[in-house]
Amino acid sequence: MSDQHHFIPDPEGRVPSAQGYFGAYGGKFIPEALVAAVDEVAAEYEKAKADPAFAAELDELLTHYTGRPSPLTEVPRFARHAGGARVFLKREDLNHTGSHKINNVLGQALLTRRMGKPRVVAETGAGQHGVATATACALFGLDCTIYMGEIDTRRQALNVARMRMLGAEVVPVTSGSRTLKDAINEAFRDWVANVDRTHYLFGTAAGPHPFPRLVRDFHRVIGVEARRQIQERAGRLPDAVAACVGGGSNAIGLFHAFLDDPGVRLVGLEAAGHGVDSGEHAATLSAGEPGILHGSRSYVLQDDEGQITEPYSISAGLDYPGIGPEHAYLKDSGRGEYRPVTDDAAMRALRLLSQTEGVIPAIESAHALAGALDLGRELGPDGVVLVNLSGRGDKDMDTAARYFGLYDGDGSGDGSGDGDGDGGNEDAGETK
Amino acid sequence: MSGTAHPQRGALLESALATARAENRAALVGYLPAGFPTVEGGIAACTALLESGCDIVEVGLPHSDPVLDGPVIQTADDIALRGGVRIADVVRTVREAHAATGKPVLVMTYWNPVDRYGAERFARELAEAGGAGCILPDLPVEESEGWRKAAEAAGLATVFVVAPSSRDERLARITAEGSGFVYAASLMGVTGTRESVGRDAESLVARVRATTELPVCVGLGVSNAEQAAQVARFADGVIVGSAFVRRLLDADGDLEAGLAELRALAADLAEGVRRG
Repeated sequence: MSDQHHFIPDPEGRVPSAQGYFGAYGGKFIPEALVAAVDEVAAEYEKAKADPAFAAELDELLTHYTGRPSPLTEVPRFARHAGGARVFLKREDLNHTGSHKINNVLGQALLTRRMGKPRVVAETGAGQHGVATATACALFGLDCTIYMGEIDTRRQALNVARMRMLGAEVVPVTSGSRTLKDAINEAFRDWVANVDRTHYLFGTAAGPHPFPRLVRDFHRVIGVEARRQIQERAGRLPDAVAACVGGGSNAIGLFHAFLDDPGVRLVGLEAAGHGVDSGEHAATLSAGEPGILHGSRSYVLQDDEGQITEPYSISAGLDYPGIGPEHAYLKDSGRGEYRPVTDDAAMRALRLLSQTEGVIPAIESAHALAGALDLGRELGPDGVVLVNLSGRGDKDMDTAARYFGLYDGDGSGDGSGDGDGDGGNEDAGETK
Repeated sequence: MSGTAHPQRGALLESALATARAENRAALVGYLPAGFPTVEGGIAACTALLESGCDIVEVGLPHSDPVLDGPVIQTADDIALRGGVRIADVVRTVREAHAATGKPVLVMTYWNPVDRYGAERFARELAEAGGAGCILPDLPVEESEGWRKAAEAAGLATVFVVAPSSRDERLARITAEGSGFVYAASLMGVTGTRESVGRDAESLVARVRATTELPVCVGLGVSNAEQAAQVARFADGVIVGSAFVRRLLDADGDLEAGLAELRALAADLAEGVRRG
């Protein structure tokens, strides 16, 4: 293991540019009060990258704390529903804290310590980034405040309890759509007001430069490991790699190692909620247009006068009207494909993986699984699909139980609900 | 607009500020979002500020995600957006407030609505309405070239915000590209009324003055005459936003009562800037 490094930043000379642009996307649209802090993060990251001690400490943590490398699991019983193609799961759900988020969090926590800042703020949607951040803050002795949309604190109540158990302050956000977008707004406000002693530990590969690059680099390990593992296991590269995209961090972490493999399709699965045509979705690349949200230019769900429209997804982690700028770049260049997956399709995939393989995925990751079912059918029995299982589903059991009617006394049945029944609509009704 | 260059970018602003200086006082700059509590009410409110002591008004173009504003302005923005305010309404607010008083009126907003609308189109329409300029606090100087060209062609000032954390060489770069005045954000933080105005403000103003002849106005945190007088001792202008918005919010739908409160506060603050 010792020859395998986990911190594998992208080599120089590729995107983004020095100004943080991936083609037409990215940049730094921030208030003057944050310019010095954001520049400090960028400068510290450059120094850290060049410091072998930083890489060594991060590698040590990723090995012995997170548990890297994460396994690659073939799922043949699930794959029978995918046209017979071989399907492999990159098991980021088995990382400590239960998702890919810890990769980025540990890297930024080390940066926070290097910058001498005693406090961290972060946003969270599904609670996975919040839990990972609270975990790292406990580990490093940092003060931790997590902003979470009020709707998300309800649908991911387990993660709220986990964060508080870890010693973090969790602040429910009641403005706007009361979901991830508004949690980011509130975290930005806190950062502006407390920037001298606070690092904003941004959780996805979006936001102002350098966050899209930095978060991507900390997640590159996902794809680097998976590429090696699948060649060992399948004897070749996959035909497609699939990942869910909210802000896009787990997807870019997986995709990046395959950018130079032209035979590998990079497929991002967006939350289509009740359907892209319903107007209730979070399918930013499918239905959005270029604009500025949370500090960078990318695709955004917005109206004709640049007001951000409220997204919807059953998945708190994908319920976001923006997307990281590198995904916008990959979409426009044609290298990346982005497809919408509805709530119902994702929930069916969640149940299918649970009942065929004994693995309960996060609802976010279930979007990628639903996409993989389609990809497998398109590729046929000779196909190989690699899916990033970005998180585990414990946090989602309440939502899933309501959706499928799994609670005793629900009256909604026997647990075999087919996913388009009242449960799904009921949940949607709560969120809008 | 014909697209001809206007060498006197922000001339109306600078003359308003020069007049205040000639009177040995600071100027009073008010802020209210357009469309709040209604489009007509917002026009009346902006006009009331200019009639009651404000030398300049900033009209906010409400945004769904006002990350640089505190809860008071976000609440007002939400009310305006729920009421269906459009950019055309913002432009009309500028036109009518300016026409009624002859005083300079700016727009303050976030970059996405302007970018989406089209910088040139927005600048042209704002200038045609008599607008004096625009403040775009989430558009840092290095991303601002496209906007500045559009603003310059339309004869609008581009007012940049500076912060206590801005280093001197950065201040010089920002003030070299700005026009009208420099907006010094006195506290690190979002908009909202505060008990005391930050100590950083005075040293920030001094550092800005070392880089530019432009007037320097201080905002973020001023809510009463005492604070206005304190800031007026070292700044060319005192910017007040949330305190005005709060008065209108507290009037809870009674527009006449809200306007009376605005006039009273504007008069009080105007006395304050003359005391400094």
